[in-house]
Amino acid sequence: MHGFIGRSLCGVLQIRRYRLTMMDIIKLEHGSGGALSRKLTEELIYENLKNERYPELSDATILDIKGQFAFTTDTYTIDPLFFPGGDIGKLAIFGTCNDLAVSGAKPLYLSLAFVIEEGFPIADLKRILSSIRRAANEAGIRIVTGDTKVVPKNRGGGIYINTTGIGTREFRHRISGSRIESGDAVVISGPIGSHGIAIMASRESLPVGPQVKSDVAFLYPLCRNLYQLGEDLKFMRDATRGGIAAVLNEAISDTELSMNINESSIPLGEKVDAISNILGLNPLEIANEGVFIAVVRGSRGERALSLLRETRGGDRAQIIGHVDSAYPGKVILETISGGKRILDFPRGLMLPRIC
Amino acid sequence: MCLATPMEIKEILEGGKAIVQQAGVEARVDISLLESPQVGDYVIVHAGFAIEKLDMKEAEERLKLFSKLAEVKENLD
Amino acid sequence: MIKLEELIHLNDRNIILKLKEKIDELADELQKEIKIMEVCGTHTVSIRRNGIHSLLPTNVKMISGPGCPVCVTPASYIDNAIQLVEEKRAIVVTFGDMLKVPGTKGYSLSRFMGSGWVRVIYSPAEMLEIRKDTSKPVVFLGIGFETTVPTIASTFLRGVENQLEDMYLYTSFKTVPPALEALLADTESEIDAFLLPGHVSVILGMEPYRKVLERKNGIPGVIGGFEPVDIMLAIYKILKQLAEGRREVENAYPRAVRGTGNPKARAVIEKLLEPGDELWRGLGKLPASGLRIRREYENIDAVVKFGLSEEYNYEPAGCLCAEVIQGKVAPNQCPHFAKDCIPEEPIGPCMVSSEGACAAYYRYGDIG
Repeated sequence: MHGFIGRSLCGVLQIRRYRLTMMDIIKLEHGSGGALSRKLTEELIYENLKNERYPELSDATILDIKGQFAFTTDTYTIDPLFFPGGDIGKLAIFGTCNDLAVSGAKPLYLSLAFVIEEGFPIADLKRILSSIRRAANEAGIRIVTGDTKVVPKNRGGGIYINTTGIGTREFRHRISGSRIESGDAVVISGPIGSHGIAIMASRESLPVGPQVKSDVAFLYPLCRNLYQLGEDLKFMRDATRGGIAAVLNEAISDTELSMNINESSIPLGEKVDAISNILGLNPLEIANEGVFIAVVRGSRGERALSLLRETRGGDRAQIIGHVDSAYPGKVILETISGGKRILDFPRGLMLPRIC
Repeated sequence: MCLATPMEIKEILEGGKAIVQQAGVEARVDISLLESPQVGDYVIVHAGFAIEKLDMKEAEERLKLFSKLAEVKENLD
Repeated sequence: MIKLEELIHLNDRNIILKLKEKIDELADELQKEIKIMEVCGTHTVSIRRNGIHSLLPTNVKMISGPGCPVCVTPASYIDNAIQLVEEKRAIVVTFGDMLKVPGTKGYSLSRFMGSGWVRVIYSPAEMLEIRKDTSKPVVFLGIGFETTVPTIASTFLRGVENQLEDMYLYTSFKTVPPALEALLADTESEIDAFLLPGHVSVILGMEPYRKVLERKNGIPGVIGGFEPVDIMLAIYKILKQLAEGRREVENAYPRAVRGTGNPKARAVIEKLLEPGDELWRGLGKLPASGLRIRREYENIDAVVKFGLSEEYNYEPAGCLCAEVIQGKVAPNQCPHFAKDCIPEEPIGPCMVSSEGACAAYYRYGDIG
């Protein structure tokens, strides 16, 4: 791990100045720690992510944080790297920020580490970096440290990004499935399915093409509004991999409680239903990058809804069910048809199917 | 064994292909298994192929029957 | 003019409740346990996913049948597909459904995902593009029933027409009527009626079922669509037949299914393929129950080109998939079910395929 510029900036090495051009690709030497490494961090990464507050980066960064903070890390791999509505860079910033936000913390600082495959186009890296910068600006966070490694060709999927985030604790109560009680309301912040569908539909081979935008979004403003509920806000989690099916199960799987979810009240992203029909996918299991589930005291369900709806991106929030104890540890879906079934954790791979 | 969904033909292309749509989502499918497909036909799509046209008269009658059923007791035969 | 959207989710709760009332009345009248086999795996999934089983009276039981292509594909087929990649260095093109079925060596085609040797497609038509992009031989895993077969046959006929070379079809196609015949002939079978597969019927029409079902020892068969309302209506029609002592093939999905089926699609099948004996997991070898490549097209037959071995079945120890396919045991009666056999680590194919009876029971649970 090193700061973005590292010690080499101190001027021991003199390298010939030439600009990286858009035709260039990443070479193994870009990760060797030598001249090309420095060139990459200095001319590309640092140029794109310049951070005025911490001009003298070294092996580590000193942060000034008061009180309790939240700390999280996540690694991002995705195919394709660029998709309608976003790219791996935006995902890597917002994803980690969202993990802090649903934990009751205001995102402040992020680290940013790349593992890049040899041969990766510099032009694509530039696109990713400028997307990272835009996302970081929107989120109002600072990227304070980073790292770049290069792996030999055919040993990695183009580029992987790891971000680690620190945020100051703003919500004073515990956010935990163990605080959920019978009678609580289950709230969703927005329509589901857009991210997973956008990714799947933008894989070239499918007949539907890129018609849906990923919902990848910064969730802190929505979460912050819910913090006002105080101890009546009990649980929050963003519904990423495994979709809402996974999150709802995680919330109560270790309890003696069950969730009763009303399928007809779950908002679906635009075109998500049609593409799910065509490809044989289940929207409840599809990944989202801009949706979270909250569980609040039953009497505060409507209040939670209005707090979400008055915030940008929350206009389609819904109460989708309530907590009871009829089927301990299980999520029960009351289907649109009026039938009932268990909504389980997603199982197996999600692939387009003919059957 | 055979997941399929209804879609509407928007445009007929060369080589037995067509652009079809459902709820604003467009897809490119093969229509060579259909007898004289036309723009505006509703078709059933399975694995990227339209396998049959929907019979709109039957569909209409069925929907009428169902809406009656929802109101009063109705014989279903 | 009906809007297309009106035909997509037919799950109006009021209509379903009315149908449920009628089903309850008939079930009372019948006064005994009725076992209806939904032949088609897509029906299994729709019933479970929409919770339709939870709406039925206790004496009406839906049991899953052999209509899950992955579930009835013999173990040898997977072994041969793996051999095509490992030894014959061919690119194997397949529907996603087949990816996770373990062969007798204990692993599945998913081992080769990302290597370029196994390509998952949504439509067979994509294979022509794959063929144009590679210099290696390309083999398509031809599984499925009458609905899927014409899409694959049409693609290969087009490939032949365009003189695309080094493109092969490895068939394990199955046809529905011979399976119904075998299920009926089984004296241990307790099936009272068939919910017939809607989209297979789109191709076949009604006649092939009549030959099997409308005769001595026959049972009612009703063709149903896949929306909750369609399924409830078909179940109602089945119970009505049973109550009135009729044994007929009836079409409860007339917006999609014509009496004569789709002759153009059948002609495509017949041009490339001909009936052949086929090995089914669970049902054994059934005469004329498959579709094999005609001799004049044997240059695209993967079995001929790569000298693939004879077919054999192999049941993992204690796996009751074969019995489940025949409707003799319910998935949760298998000792492995939900214990050491789960969708992530399946023992048998009924747990692998998303529409396998075991997977559907597991995923959508029984709240009993």
